[in-house]
Amino acid sequence: MHYLDANATEPLRPAARAAVLAALELTGNPSSVHGAGRAARRVVEDARTALAARFGGRPEDLVFTSGATEANALAIHALGAGRLVIVGATEHDAVRAAAPDATVLPVDRQGVAELDALAELLADGPAQHGGSAKHGGPAKHGGPAKHGGPALVCLMLANNETGTLQPIAEAASLCRRHGALLHVDAVQAAGRIPVDLAALGADSLALSSHKLGGPMGAGALLLAPKIAAIGALIRGGGQERGRRGGTPAVPAIAGFAAAAAIDPPKLAALRDAIECFALAAGGVVCGGGAPRLANTTCLALPGVRADAQVIALDLDGIAVSAGAACSSGKVSSSHVLAAMGLGALAGEAIRVSLPWNATEADVAAFANAYPRMAARLREALASRAA
Amino acid sequence: MSTTAPPPRPNRPVYLDNQATTRCDPRVLAVMLPWFSEHYGNPHSVEHVMGTAAEAAVEEARAHVAALLGADVREVVFTSGATESNNIAIKGAARHALRSGSDRRRVVTVATEHKCVLESVIDLKEEGFEPVFLPVRPDGLLDPEVLRDALTVPTLLVSVMMVNNETGVVQDIFTHAAIAKQAGALFHTDAAQGVGKVPIDVTAAKIDLLSLSGHKLYGPKGVGALYVRRRPRVRLVPLFSGGGQERGLRSGTLPAPLVIGLGEACRLAQAEMAEEATRIAALRARLLDRLRAALPEVRVNASMDARIAGNLNLTFPAVTAAELMARVPDLCVSTGSACSSAEIEPSYVLSALGLSPDAAARSLRIGIGRFTSAADVDFAAAALAAAHAGMPTPAVEPLAKA
Repeated sequence: MHYLDANATEPLRPAARAAVLAALELTGNPSSVHGAGRAARRVVEDARTALAARFGGRPEDLVFTSGATEANALAIHALGAGRLVIVGATEHDAVRAAAPDATVLPVDRQGVAELDALAELLADGPAQHGGSAKHGGPAKHGGPAKHGGPALVCLMLANNETGTLQPIAEAASLCRRHGALLHVDAVQAAGRIPVDLAALGADSLALSSHKLGGPMGAGALLLAPKIAAIGALIRGGGQERGRRGGTPAVPAIAGFAAAAAIDPPKLAALRDAIECFALAAGGVVCGGGAPRLANTTCLALPGVRADAQVIALDLDGIAVSAGAACSSGKVSSSHVLAAMGLGALAGEAIRVSLPWNATEADVAAFANAYPRMAARLREALASRAA
Repeated sequence: MSTTAPPPRPNRPVYLDNQATTRCDPRVLAVMLPWFSEHYGNPHSVEHVMGTAAEAAVEEARAHVAALLGADVREVVFTSGATESNNIAIKGAARHALRSGSDRRRVVTVATEHKCVLESVIDLKEEGFEPVFLPVRPDGLLDPEVLRDALTVPTLLVSVMMVNNETGVVQDIFTHAAIAKQAGALFHTDAAQGVGKVPIDVTAAKIDLLSLSGHKLYGPKGVGALYVRRRPRVRLVPLFSGGGQERGLRSGTLPAPLVIGLGEACRLAQAEMAEEATRIAALRARLLDRLRAALPEVRVNASMDARIAGNLNLTFPAVTAAELMARVPDLCVSTGSACSSAEIEPSYVLSALGLSPDAAARSLRIGIGRFTSAADVDFAAAALAAAHAGMPTPAVEPLAKA
């Protein structure tokens, strides 16, 4: 099996595996004061220090969570209270569901957020904003018609389906100018490009262990130093300075830190090769014109349903997906591609995402399978039409 | 007197804090291992074989959890642990009732609940609910009549923990659930300390919601589950949303290796529970006998009859628990809940049993578990007796690696 679905989950890094296994041998509860407890606490606190340093924050500002869905929800719960929430049109469902009434910030055809529209939203509030959505449909105006207060803006650093990078630093300075907070879902970027909360100028960062080669079951919310206190989503026990109750997942946290310490893999050449083969077979790259992650390509095959492509490739030993893993199995077209104005292509695109250990053999296998798949499915379409 | 002589040093710390957390069983670890290496698919990636393999293993784990509870697989929702399960159950049930137009606002729980239950209920106060905290008897048990009285006011939810984390007291869940159901209230139990220690049948006991934790039953940390009754269906508002996993109740990628570990821990618990409880009860009797031989004034807090096999909560006559722990660094025991280990405040659980702050400060929690040996309890009894008598503690030397 050639695993090309890293954006669903990265294979576990050997260093992370070693850290997980070592931590699984520790019995203590990190809250216990005896030796066994202190040993477990040391693992958690060392991980906290390393992760905070890695992502440009302070250890005391890093809250461990069960994963990025919870981290995103916690950020929006804590920072969005009493604020107008603005979310990018291509955000992950974890962000969109946490702010169902949010105002949607449109993106361009490459999936890049429209900064002019953001400036307008921040300056005017939603009541005056006439919906400058060029491709993403009209902006949804939830909540009160006019919101005088400051905003919370949620923008992802890298998109999970296309790999498109958002202009976070520019958005951050816009937010600062208007007294808005900026939450960044850095789940897909972390481990693939350098990510630094302070350098980005954002107020919080959501991170996931298993998307950067660590184990599933751990994530983090890293807060800017100016965010002093936040309200918890999960309460009880007082762990994480009262910001997240529950015994921390010590082994997963240990593996998270070990994986995050590793420098990003160099995958652009392999990805570009995959695109060459796909283009030759009639594929179309979605969002290829913007800066993006080196491991990701979103390939549409006009006229051919995405799920059929994924199944055909799976039978040929290639694991890819049609959009986010969480919605796998549901037959719905990508809200990301729809927001980019790609119309029917939104239901006809697969996501190819290279894991850190991708090889030329994986590319070769794809190069064989993709044209075969494309030819067969188009033939089937043609015969049905005839 | 030989019992007060400094005991021989063990070759590693003796861990008797199995209510704080348990060692991950090596058999659980063995089942998890392949999922940390060759099988790394996202269990929600059902479009390719790597995802479906993970999904199948997760579903097998769900079946093990369900079997241990007497539940249907569709009634088991995986979470990050019991704290999250308790938060989802309590806040989720209350918020759903509010949204669906119920005029019931009362949420009844017990003074000796775990912090995460108490704080979840307190959180609800800000949302317009009426929290009620019931007292317990000196033996730690909730009096059914006290519950019945509280339910004369129409009540939305009753939450009574199955086994207390400090005293090991087992509440009469069968009776309490029946009273709650009779009054038209939902019944939730925090069973983090009970699952795998005492038999549970959610169907027979008419439990609507039940929380459990992986690391309290020899599984890994970072995973737990919530039982949610289907017939009649208990509806909950999720704590957070997203990808819609776990039937929308708990979004986020399931940590497949941890979930698989939890499943195996439940399978082992079901197979070995009865035998294990007998063995652990014998060890506890041995520990208590030896300790009482040296220190007849030692008092056991809370009921000895309605109590899980592994727990002791002891008040020592003259020395504080913190001092005892400091004098025997090789013994991992605790002054109470791990979450409040660092607190100076006396245990609110022991206070609820009527202990004075002074007596509470002299109280120690001892948790015997699956990996405790007779030698361990002998050491613990001798070491605590010696420490209480002010005998010098053995010189500290570098500990051998466990």
